[in-house]
Amino acid sequence: MTEILIARRSLLLGAAAVTLDAGTSRLALAAAETDRRFVFVLLRGGMDGLAAVAPYGDNDYARLRGNLALAKPGETDGGLDLDGFFALHPALAAIHPWYREGALLPIHAVATPYRERSHFDGQDLLENGTRSPHAANDGWLNRTLSLLPGDRRLGLAIGQQVPLVLRGAVPVASWAPSAIPAAQPGFLDLVREIYKGDKLFEAALASGIAASDGASVALGDDMKTMGQPNANGAPRPAAAVTLANAAGKMLADAKGPRIAVLELGGWDTHAGQGAARGRFANAATMLADSLVALRQSLGPAVWRDTVVAVATEFGRTAAINGTGGTDHGTAGAAFLAGGAVAGGRVAGRWPGLASGNLYQSRDLAPTTDLRAVLKGALRDHLRLPAAKLDTAVFKDSGDAPPLSGLIRV
Amino acid sequence: MTSKLATVAATRFGLGPRPGELTRIGGDPRGWLKQQLRPVSLRIASSDGAARLEEYYEARGKGADEVAKMLRGQTREQFRDEAARRTLAAVTSDAPFRERWVQFWSNHFTVSVQRPIVLGLAVPFEDEAIRPHALGKFRDMLLAVARHPAMLLYLDNAVSVGPQSRAGLRRERGLNENFARELLELHTLGVAGGYTQDDVRELAKILTGWTVPRRADRMGPLQRAFVGGSSESDAFRFVPNVHEPGDKRLLGRTIRESGEAEGIEALTMLAQHPSTANFIATKLVRHFVADTPPQASVLTIAKAFRDSDGDLAAVAAALIELPAAWDPPLTKVKTPNELVISALRAVGATESPELLKGAAGSLQQLGQFPFTAPSPAGWSDEASSWIGPEAALLRVEWGLAFGAKAARNVDPTVMLADTIAGVASKATTFHIEHAPSAAEAVALLVASPEFQRR
Repeated sequence: MTEILIARRSLLLGAAAVTLDAGTSRLALAAAETDRRFVFVLLRGGMDGLAAVAPYGDNDYARLRGNLALAKPGETDGGLDLDGFFALHPALAAIHPWYREGALLPIHAVATPYRERSHFDGQDLLENGTRSPHAANDGWLNRTLSLLPGDRRLGLAIGQQVPLVLRGAVPVASWAPSAIPAAQPGFLDLVREIYKGDKLFEAALASGIAASDGASVALGDDMKTMGQPNANGAPRPAAAVTLANAAGKMLADAKGPRIAVLELGGWDTHAGQGAARGRFANAATMLADSLVALRQSLGPAVWRDTVVAVATEFGRTAAINGTGGTDHGTAGAAFLAGGAVAGGRVAGRWPGLASGNLYQSRDLAPTTDLRAVLKGALRDHLRLPAAKLDTAVFKDSGDAPPLSGLIRV
Repeated sequence: MTSKLATVAATRFGLGPRPGELTRIGGDPRGWLKQQLRPVSLRIASSDGAARLEEYYEARGKGADEVAKMLRGQTREQFRDEAARRTLAAVTSDAPFRERWVQFWSNHFTVSVQRPIVLGLAVPFEDEAIRPHALGKFRDMLLAVARHPAMLLYLDNAVSVGPQSRAGLRRERGLNENFARELLELHTLGVAGGYTQDDVRELAKILTGWTVPRRADRMGPLQRAFVGGSSESDAFRFVPNVHEPGDKRLLGRTIRESGEAEGIEALTMLAQHPSTANFIATKLVRHFVADTPPQASVLTIAKAFRDSDGDLAAVAAALIELPAAWDPPLTKVKTPNELVISALRAVGATESPELLKGAAGSLQQLGQFPFTAPSPAGWSDEASSWIGPEAALLRVEWGLAFGAKAARNVDPTVMLADTIAGVASKATTFHIEHAPSAAEAVALLVASPEFQRR
C-alpha cells in the first residue's frame, strides 16, 4: 500500500520526475517556495467593462448608461475612485484597497482580436490564443506551460473539467471538491489495468489521481468540509469562493501547481443588470470575494510572486439596452492583480464614448489587444522569451507586442 | 454472444441496454430503432407552463420577497423532483432511442435554471415545446420553442420592446437582442451560417411583442373559447403595443409589417434555410457518429433534412440508415447524464423513492443535473469537455459508490452479458470476472472504457 501511495504521489511531479533525479528535484522544489505563480480568471458571459471600471469622467458616460450609470465617487452607492476619471464598481470594494497599494492594475478598452459577438466563438478564441475561433485544439496557457522548466510545468484547472485555455500537449490536473468517497488505491490499480489501450481515459485518470493526491496534501482537513456546487450546477458565490480558496492553497504548496485557471459565470447581463445592485453587482461580488480568498490562501509570501489575470470574451454595448441591461459588445476591461503587479493606475488608451468614437456606433472601441497584456505579464513575470510568445503561445501575434511595465521587475 | 450491432443500437442510439434488451433487439437492430419513431404522448411535469406562470404571478402579487421565497423553496423542490422523474422516464423507457432523441432536442433548445425564473418552467418546456414535435417538423418545434414562456424568459424576449412601438416611445424601453442572436447562432443557422449583426437586430425587432401574458390580461374560460385559431394561450401572448412597426430585412429578404405573422414568416424562413440543415446535421452526426463529424455523413443527413422539409422522423430514419453510425462502435464518450441513465438501465432499475433520489444525486455529483447547462449553447457533446482528470477520477469513484449499492441486486456476470460483453476487451472481461467482490465487479463494469463509451 505504501509503495502505491508513493508512486501516486510522485505522479504529481509529472515531467519533473523524468528530467531530474529525485535529489535534484527535491532541492529544486524546496527552493521553489517563492516561485512565480500565474492565475488566469476567465469570466464567461461577457463582463461589462464599463460597469466594472466606470469612466465617470467621460462626458457621455451618464447619458449612454442611463439607469446603469453609477453615482459619482463619494455619493450614495457611488463608484470607488481610481484616478479621478475611472471608478471601480462598488461591488468590487474588497479589492479597491489593492489599487492604492499597487497590487491592482485595471486595463481598459481592451479586447481580443475577435470582432463578432458570439459568446462561444469569443471564448474559444480567447482560450485558444489565435486570431480565430476553433483555429487550435489547445490553449495558450498549456503552450505557456510547455515553455516552463520541467519542475515547474504544473498546471491546474479548478473544476471538474479542464477548459480549453489549459488543454494541450502538457498534462495538466483539474480539481473540484467531491462528496463521493475516494476510491482505494487498489481498486484504482484495477481500473488502470482496464484503461490500458484507451488513451483518453488512461491519461485523464492518471492526472486525476495525481491532482487528488496533491490536493489532499495541500488542503488537509479542508477537503472533507468542502461542499458540492449547488443543485443547479452553477457554483454559488460561496462555492466559487471555496474553489478560489482551494486554488490558493494548492498553488501555495511548494510542490503544487504554478499555473491555475478559475472560471466564473454570471456576466451575461442582458436584463436587470442594475447599477450598484443587480445582476452585475452579484457577479462582481463573487469575483471580488474569490480574489480575496485566493490572496488569503496564497499567503503573503506567495502573493508577492503572483500575478492574477482576469479577462472575458468581450465587453458589452456602450449604451443601456431596452431592458435595463447591455448586449454583446467589443472592448471592455481586464485586470491584473497580485503582489508582482505594477498597479495603482488604469492602463490602456481611452477612446472616449462620444458617438463618433464608438466601434460600429455601439461598442467601446478596442485600443489595447488583450494578447499584448497577457504577453507582457507572461514575459516579465514568468520570464518567457518574447519571440516564443509571438509565435508559440499567442500564435501569429507579432503585431500585438507585449506591453511593458505591467509587472514589478 | 450478443451481436455488436445490437450493442450499438442499444448504446449509441438507445440509452444503454436494460436486462434482456439486447436479446429483444436480436438480429434486427434497425427495425428495433425504427419502430420507436412513433410519437406517444407523455407529460412529466405535474402541471403546465401556463399554470406555473400563474403561480409565479400570484407570488409576485405578494411582493418580491415572496417570489424569492417561492423560487428558493417550493419551486426548486418541484424542479428537482421533476428533473428526477424526467431521468426516471429515460431509465425505464422501452423506447430509449425516442427518449434520447427528445433529450437531444431539449439540449439543442437549451433552457437553464441558472435563470431562477426557469425553475418551474423547464420540465413543462420539454413536455410542451420539445416532446410533441420531436418526431414532427423542425419548424413546428422552433415555433413552439419561441412561444414557450421558458424560452421567452430565459433569453429575455419577453421583455424586449420595439423602440418605435407605442410602448417603446412612451416608456423609453427598447430592444433586447439576446434571443434573436442565440436563435440564429444556436438554434438555426449556426455561427457560420451567414448572418450579420444587422440580421440580429432585425430579427429582434421582428420578435418584439412575442411575450408571456401579464396577469391582468390572462384569459377567462369564455375568452379562451373565442381565441380559436390564434396562437395565443395562457402561456403566450403577442402584444402589438410592444411590436416594432415597419418592414424589416432579414438575410436579404424584406419581411413586410404584419405583426405576429412577421415572426412566423422569419422562423419558417430560418427553419428552411440550407445553413440550418447543415448546422443541425452537423450536430446530429456529432452526436451519433463522432466528435469530429465526417463530412459525407453530414451531407447525407442535411439532405434528408432538406428533402423532408425538416421532418425529424425522416431525419432520424436517415441516421439509422447511416453506415458510419454503426461502424466503428464506441467512438463517443457518454456524458454524465448518459452514464447515470445507462448504469441504472443496466441494473434494471424501476421506480422507487430511492431511485429518484439516487439518480438526482448522481447527476448533481457528476456535474450534469438536467436543465442546468452553463449557457444557452447547452451541454457539450464532445469527449474533451467531459473527460478532464478530475472528471475521470470522479466517474470511477461514482462507479464504486454505484457498485456498492447495485451489487445487492445484480449478478455482475449477468450484467456483463446484458450490456458490454459483445464489445468488451479481454482485460475488462477478466477483471470484472475476477474482481474481489460483486460491488467492485459492478464498479469495474461501469468504469470500464467500453461502458463509458457509446
